[in-house]
Amino acid sequence: MAKEESGQSLNQIKQSTNIVFNIVFLILAVMCVIPLLFVFSISITDEEALRVSGYQLIPAQFSGSAYKFLWNERGMILRAAFMSVLVTILGTIIAIALDTSMGYVVSRRNFKLKKLYTWLIFIPMVFNGGMLASYVVVNNILGLSNTIWALILPLACSSFSVTICRTFFRTTVPDSIIESAKIDGAGQFRIWSQIVMPISKPVIATIGMFAAFGYWNDWFQASLYIQDKNLQTLQSLLNNIQKNIEYIANNPYGGLSLQQYKASMPTESVRMAIAIVIIVPIACTYPFFQKYFISGLTIGSVKE
Amino acid sequence: MGNRKTTDGGGSKSGKPWWKRWSRDDTELFLLSLPTLLWFLTFSYLPMFGIIIAFKNYKLQQGGHGFIYNLLHSEWAGFGNFSYFFTSNSFTMLLRNTILYNIAFIIISASVAVGGALMLSSMRNKKGSKVYQTMMFLPYFMSWVVVSYFVYALLTPERGYINGIITSLGGERIMWYQEPKYWPFILIFLNTWKGMGYGMVLYLASITGIDPSLYEAAVMDGATKRQQAKHITLPAIKPVFIMMLILDCGKIFNSDFGLFYQVTGRIPASLYTTVSTFDTYIYNAIQSTAPIGQTAAASFFQAICSCGTILFANWVVSKLDNENRII
Repeated sequence: MAKEESGQSLNQIKQSTNIVFNIVFLILAVMCVIPLLFVFSISITDEEALRVSGYQLIPAQFSGSAYKFLWNERGMILRAAFMSVLVTILGTIIAIALDTSMGYVVSRRNFKLKKLYTWLIFIPMVFNGGMLASYVVVNNILGLSNTIWALILPLACSSFSVTICRTFFRTTVPDSIIESAKIDGAGQFRIWSQIVMPISKPVIATIGMFAAFGYWNDWFQASLYIQDKNLQTLQSLLNNIQKNIEYIANNPYGGLSLQQYKASMPTESVRMAIAIVIIVPIACTYPFFQKYFISGLTIGSVKE
Repeated sequence: MGNRKTTDGGGSKSGKPWWKRWSRDDTELFLLSLPTLLWFLTFSYLPMFGIIIAFKNYKLQQGGHGFIYNLLHSEWAGFGNFSYFFTSNSFTMLLRNTILYNIAFIIISASVAVGGALMLSSMRNKKGSKVYQTMMFLPYFMSWVVVSYFVYALLTPERGYINGIITSLGGERIMWYQEPKYWPFILIFLNTWKGMGYGMVLYLASITGIDPSLYEAAVMDGATKRQQAKHITLPAIKPVFIMMLILDCGKIFNSDFGLFYQVTGRIPASLYTTVSTFDTYIYNAIQSTAPIGQTAAASFFQAICSCGTILFANWVVSKLDNENRII
């Protein structure tokens, strides 16, 4: 520790430069956070005030009506939130199981198919069938459209996360533990689930985080495969609202009178309030998890 | 594989072919890997056979058969689907947009990330630096749908914040979603904004991993700050830099779909030629009634090009500096 500090102090800069750097980063940091504030303040502004004076950082007239509206429509919001949570939890568990089991298998030096598997995992990193072929597989061949599996399975595994697991197991799990478990008569499944997994929490956290945020933030799979309103997640709800609004804006009088249109569309403050509902869980948790996202890449880039 | 020399332990005799050396252990490992193996075969390898679609005129056959039956019994189209795509009006526009945006993204993001990491690592107030890092990391966790709401709040012509500022300064309102000339800048800005925190923290992690005694030795020898950066810090982040560069080159024919599609408000007609990329083109084709073979040709062309560029980038790196190639 002491050594590190002395190294840091040697690497230090003049006080004046430090101030300049602070100002630069302060501006950048505020730029990253302030859009949240914009959206939030729209969500608490009175709809009439929005119409008269546009968006303002400090609302001309406060109103909790957007959130009250969401509360009254809580059936829809809660169902979408439930789907988001379900997809995220189920998907993350499946992703961890698939990634770590394969990662463990290819980390075993004695495995006879190791070389074949290494290629099998490597090839998808550089080549894939493209968006259309994936769509055809999920939609036409597997017939997963309008099921929760269309949201979960296509994102459940990746060469990248398997490689992270493999590198982790190879560098941190000592062979001697595995050998002695084998001598005690444990099968490979038991070694993986009861010995390797419990001592691999860092890598499980890393790939689990990547998977969880991937699922929580996904709207793309939903937009391709889900038409059923009961299956929409919060992200796809937000996406669909925007899609409908743009559709109507581009096709005026498309079967709806202006009155009907106004009645059927959530107001701007309501839309922004839904966005806030999605952002808040992430904004509250990511500071605790961000280190795992970095460690994933640094583990993954370690070569043998 | 049969006569592969093996240095494996486990009492294997290199004279025997591998299937005779197959042990109970291998069976168990195979079973353990089976679910993931099936996943890779279904979701990574099966789509690779999608190449066939690009060479067929897909038609529904009599009798309500499944997709594969219909595909196999459709006529061959030769390279017809590809030539249709290459000669269509959109092709050069899509190629230009996809590649130019990506080049701009790669150069700007990499410079911002490396520059930012160097600045962060030399800051005196470590607490402050941590706070900045966390704040700059936030956009990374936002989906493009959410970001498109941010952008909408700023840019929507009648009420948006930016037009609000412009009009209060006495300027004219700008119809942002109908003016193509601003969008290259907006897209490049947003891409940098979203990835900036991640990139900086990534490089910062490799800078803080540098052995401090290197700097001590450099100071002893009278090295200036600039020389320290050039001879110690930059070489230390080179492996990560090159890895990111190769990965980015592999994505040069791909685009971050959400950025181009969501943020622009689903690509209005007025922005079509400015912000369309291969991905948005293919996505729109999937959603429309365009013949599936033509879409497959576009999709397959993109996949082949990505594969080519990543191998090429890796080859270039291996020529220049064999240590850092990733493959």
